[in-house]
Amino acid sequence: MSAMTDPPRPSFRLSQLIYDTRYRSITIQVVALVLLCAAFWWLIDNTVENLAVLGKDFDFGFLGDRAGYDINQMLIPYDNSMSHGRAALVGILNTMLVAFLGCVTATVIGVFAGVLRLSKNWVVSRLMAVYVEGFRNVPLLLWIVLIFALMTEATPQPRDFREGGSASMILGDSVAITNRGVFLPMPTWGDGAAVLGLVVVLSLIGAYLYRRHARKVLYDSGRLLPMVWPALAIAIVPAVVVYFAFAMSTGSAQVRLMAADATEGQSVAAYGEAQGSLSVCVPEGTIGLNVQRLLRGQDLRYSESVFATEAMAIDAFRNGDCNMVAVPAGMEQPLLGNPDIAVSALSESTTRGAPVQFEKPVLGGFNFEGGVQVRNSLLALWLALALYTGAFIAEIVRAGILAVSKGQSEAAFALGMRPNRTMNLVILPQAMRVIVPPLISQFLNLTKNSSLAIAVGYMDVRATLGGISINQTGRELEGMLLLGMFYLALSLVISGAMNIYNNRSRLKER
Amino acid sequence: MKKTVFLGAMAVSGMVAGAAAAATLDDVKARGNVNCGVSTGLAGFSTPDANGKWQGFDVDVCRAVAAAIFGDPDATEFVPTTGQTRFTALASGEIDVLTRNTTWTFSRDVDLKFDFTGVNYYDGQGFMIPKALGVTSAKDLDGATVCIQTGTTTELNLADFFRANNISYEPVPIETNAEAQQQYLAGACDVYTTDASGLAATRATFENPSEHVVLPEIISKEPLGPLVRHGDSDWADLNRWVLNALIAAEEYGVTSANVSDMASAAGSNPEINRLLGTEGNLGEMLGLDADFAAKAIGAVGNYGEIFERHIGESTPVGLARGLNAQWTEGGLLYAPPFR
Amino acid sequence: MSDTHAQTVGYVRDTMIDEQPAPVGQTGAVKWIRENLFSGVINTLLTVISLYVIWVVVSHLYPWLANSIWDAGSLTECREIRDATVGPDAPAACFAVITDRWQQLVFGFYPPEHYWRPVVALLVFLAAIAPVLFQGIPRRALWLSAAAPFVLFALLWGGSIWGPVAVALGFVIGFVVYRVLLPLAGNLAAVLGAIIVPLLYWLFLAGPLAGALTSVAPIGLEYVQSKDFGGFTLSVVIGVSAIILSLPLGILLALGRQSNLFIINKISVAFIEVIRGVPLIVWLFTASLLLNYFLPPGTNFDLMLRVIIMVTLFSAAYIAEVVRGGLAALPKGQYEGASSLGLDYWQSMRLIILPQALKISIPGIVNTFIGLFKDTTLVVFIGLLDPIGLSNAIRASTDWNGVYWELFVFIGLMFFIACFSMGRYSLYLEKKLQREHR
Repeated sequence: MSAMTDPPRPSFRLSQLIYDTRYRSITIQVVALVLLCAAFWWLIDNTVENLAVLGKDFDFGFLGDRAGYDINQMLIPYDNSMSHGRAALVGILNTMLVAFLGCVTATVIGVFAGVLRLSKNWVVSRLMAVYVEGFRNVPLLLWIVLIFALMTEATPQPRDFREGGSASMILGDSVAITNRGVFLPMPTWGDGAAVLGLVVVLSLIGAYLYRRHARKVLYDSGRLLPMVWPALAIAIVPAVVVYFAFAMSTGSAQVRLMAADATEGQSVAAYGEAQGSLSVCVPEGTIGLNVQRLLRGQDLRYSESVFATEAMAIDAFRNGDCNMVAVPAGMEQPLLGNPDIAVSALSESTTRGAPVQFEKPVLGGFNFEGGVQVRNSLLALWLALALYTGAFIAEIVRAGILAVSKGQSEAAFALGMRPNRTMNLVILPQAMRVIVPPLISQFLNLTKNSSLAIAVGYMDVRATLGGISINQTGRELEGMLLLGMFYLALSLVISGAMNIYNNRSRLKER
Repeated sequence: MKKTVFLGAMAVSGMVAGAAAAATLDDVKARGNVNCGVSTGLAGFSTPDANGKWQGFDVDVCRAVAAAIFGDPDATEFVPTTGQTRFTALASGEIDVLTRNTTWTFSRDVDLKFDFTGVNYYDGQGFMIPKALGVTSAKDLDGATVCIQTGTTTELNLADFFRANNISYEPVPIETNAEAQQQYLAGACDVYTTDASGLAATRATFENPSEHVVLPEIISKEPLGPLVRHGDSDWADLNRWVLNALIAAEEYGVTSANVSDMASAAGSNPEINRLLGTEGNLGEMLGLDADFAAKAIGAVGNYGEIFERHIGESTPVGLARGLNAQWTEGGLLYAPPFR
Repeated sequence: MSDTHAQTVGYVRDTMIDEQPAPVGQTGAVKWIRENLFSGVINTLLTVISLYVIWVVVSHLYPWLANSIWDAGSLTECREIRDATVGPDAPAACFAVITDRWQQLVFGFYPPEHYWRPVVALLVFLAAIAPVLFQGIPRRALWLSAAAPFVLFALLWGGSIWGPVAVALGFVIGFVVYRVLLPLAGNLAAVLGAIIVPLLYWLFLAGPLAGALTSVAPIGLEYVQSKDFGGFTLSVVIGVSAIILSLPLGILLALGRQSNLFIINKISVAFIEVIRGVPLIVWLFTASLLLNYFLPPGTNFDLMLRVIIMVTLFSAAYIAEVVRGGLAALPKGQYEGASSLGLDYWQSMRLIILPQALKISIPGIVNTFIGLFKDTTLVVFIGLLDPIGLSNAIRASTDWNGVYWELFVFIGLMFFIACFSMGRYSLYLEKKLQREHR
């Protein structure tokens, strides 16, 4: 043993960098790094030189310049006097909106279609097969364009809603489906809205706690507490009670229409005739809505200015910005008995309104006014993305369900579980592990495909920052760089979030 | 292994490539054709016909340039460009001249580093609306939904117009004319706005053109003209004077029918003689043959003939001359003297 | 026991009842319908809804298709024919636009007298990939497949035949150098030599050589510019060249991503994630607007080539992920077995791992190709006239202005046929691979 000596340790030679496996990997990596840096340097050098030839510079200052174009769908306030940066932000929000809506809907459609494609019902499974193959094998761009055009052709135009027209609003005249989009009632917050919101949140938490409690009782003692009805009751009853409490009490308080230079008890119609025009100052919230209903009910033309508080509305009225003001009873004091302005109450009055009221869309000159407009471009893009991605998700779901071995469902049936519970408690949780990873990449695809918004004129970030802004300023290098970085960041965030979920739901092997 | 196609293709394209920096006319002559940027399809201005041959008003302006240089109007390659890619295509040297209904604006001329070589069509943005709506003026469009084609100056003009008149509107941006047309006809927008020439062309193809009106207001000035890269004045001059020759030819009554007679010998009008190269050496100053204008006119006709052939009142597009008449007829076309 | 039985039973049947047919509800079509369509409330509801959907679609589509007009010179003529035959306001498809322009939709602006070239190119391509896709064909045919890209290029673009030949020669030179150097200077030197010598050849010798050969023997087809490619030819050329060109790059990226070398691994991951994280349309705009910035001033090659480069990089990232899946699916024993035979990294990859990994990746690669082929429609946004771009151009002609659905239906159908058949093939392959694995 002692005769064995350490192998000779020759000093380091340069050839070891190549022939010694210990060093070779380092050599390869260093060479790769050098090559990469050289390539980058080459690209940047070329870019600098090309920019110099064209007489351009590299400057993001254009983001602060006036944009000058309008965007139809805005989630944050924007008008054409704001900057390109703001327009880009509007586009970013629009992209995220359609991507989010699309992902949710695609998942729902995909799960339904995937399950139904496995259905024993021949007609249904064939129909689903046609849907899946049809959407998977035709370019998305074609589908977007076709669905957009189909929706425009199949739905009535606003003109048709006029008297004698062929179309009418649905759900108690509150929703209008037109080929410019769907008009929905818009919620308006009144007195007590904050309290109501708080109660809703608290009761949802309560319902959740009850379910947790019920589950704990079940696991501890085996006693199955009723789950659905008590939870629903906890969630809903308090909110309803609070809503009616407010609606009955402060909500039904009178709001009188005060007018300048009117006679006491004059009707609005008569006052309007005398004055020639009607303009009304109202505080934000349901009062404005109720005044609007009152005046519209009498078919009067008027203009409306909305202010943040009652006091501001009154100030504006006193400055002569409008000839009428509507404030709750008890707040008119600064007006009454004020010598420098002749104020009197008109005969009509309305109420303060419930915590939440809905503003219905009404047909105006060219189009519906008021309410929320969900534009056709959004609907078409949303539907096309959801249907297209849904077809892919359907295949994923189908594969996931087929991947769960038949013995699992048989075992569940042997335990006496009903088919519903078998699906929910045995099959789906196992199928999810197969489904989720490819599902993530479908979500990413959908998000990226939302850039095809260009085909239907939906103003996403590619249309604002990557389209009109670049076009108007000639800053394609900067604009494209920002655009690419935004999509990259969005993709990384989505895949990061989904990977966290995936890791949590993965089978824990011990 | 398979990378070869790529390298082979690069080798070929290297041969095709023209350096942007050198004199464009030399490149064009060496290459044997003119590369023109045109629109991907605009009725009357540039469309491929069933045989794949490009036709239209803008296309013929380019053919005139080719004819002036080579005597052959088909020594042209047409590169379809979109509203978004046209300027890059020109700046990068992919095309020599952009004849694609492009509005001459300050920032394009100065900031984007191009030279407009004239105006071949005076246009303006207008509105088309169904007669049934009973609107007679654009000022009555408060609250209307407006279809616009994106990627042009149109959306800026529209924003300015409604802002200036303090009325509201809802823009519906659309990528292509075909889609905008479909949306408008289905009633998804009340109004369709684009250049008045485009409106007329679109309206002409409707099943019931009489149910739609083009409103009298023209809300913008849209001088459309060919443009070239900034910094090559010789090439810009060539394009400018070929266009002027077409316009002047109409003024002096030179047509494709009589140009060969008139160019064969000097006539009595010295201006026509100089234009057609029977007198003086104007062509040589441009680096071309003396009869460059005669060749261009012989190939595509004078301005009036081109207009009538593609967008005039006898065509389905059916545009009146209007502003695009000769100055002698009350229009704006005014070719500087050839001397 | 039998006695008691006899006493308790009053009547014992002693003849057999004749065989009866099953009740109507339990046989044939009725049974099938009951079991498959109306077996429960929900099922019945689904059936009814499905039938309604089918009825709505058919009742709208059928008259439109049944009245379709195939022979007219313009949309106005189409409308006149419709008014004369089925009356105004009746729905009638005007497929005359397809009869008039189908050649343009398929071949773009390719010179009509050369239409045979794209067709032959397609056949050559199919023949070339047959050895890869179907196993019955001898492996030797793969050598012919290797030559196919050059043949395809010569067919489609034309020009002197010596250009592709000179370029192909570079690969032969590389191979020869490798073989010569291997016994003389060892593996590493041989690989380096096989990379550097062909590169030098391409840079300095290939061009003059091709030029000289052309002047000596000018053989070749007429040169067709990239601008003349359009319609489905354009889609197929972009899709196919991108997928073929991206294979080597994709495999390298996949190996890089599997590699233990930190920097190589990170570079591969970054490249793949950046490419996959950004939509293709942004890359296409980059190709059209920005690629010229990144190349030395004065270089300028045509848009189609720029698009092919960008789409190649794009699909390389996706191919890399597919191949990575194939590598990961191989049992670890294969890697260990290769090492235990004393093979070094490249040898084990070349001889053991990649042949197996690529084989199981083929369905994924075909699926990537389907996706890529569909995505080629996006080039319309940068002004290339693919089928959709051409449909816009066709609508701009005064004859066909106003035709909307017919063109889209035709284009969609063509894409469907192509993609559906490829999808079926990939499914067949997947099933076959599964059977072989058992």
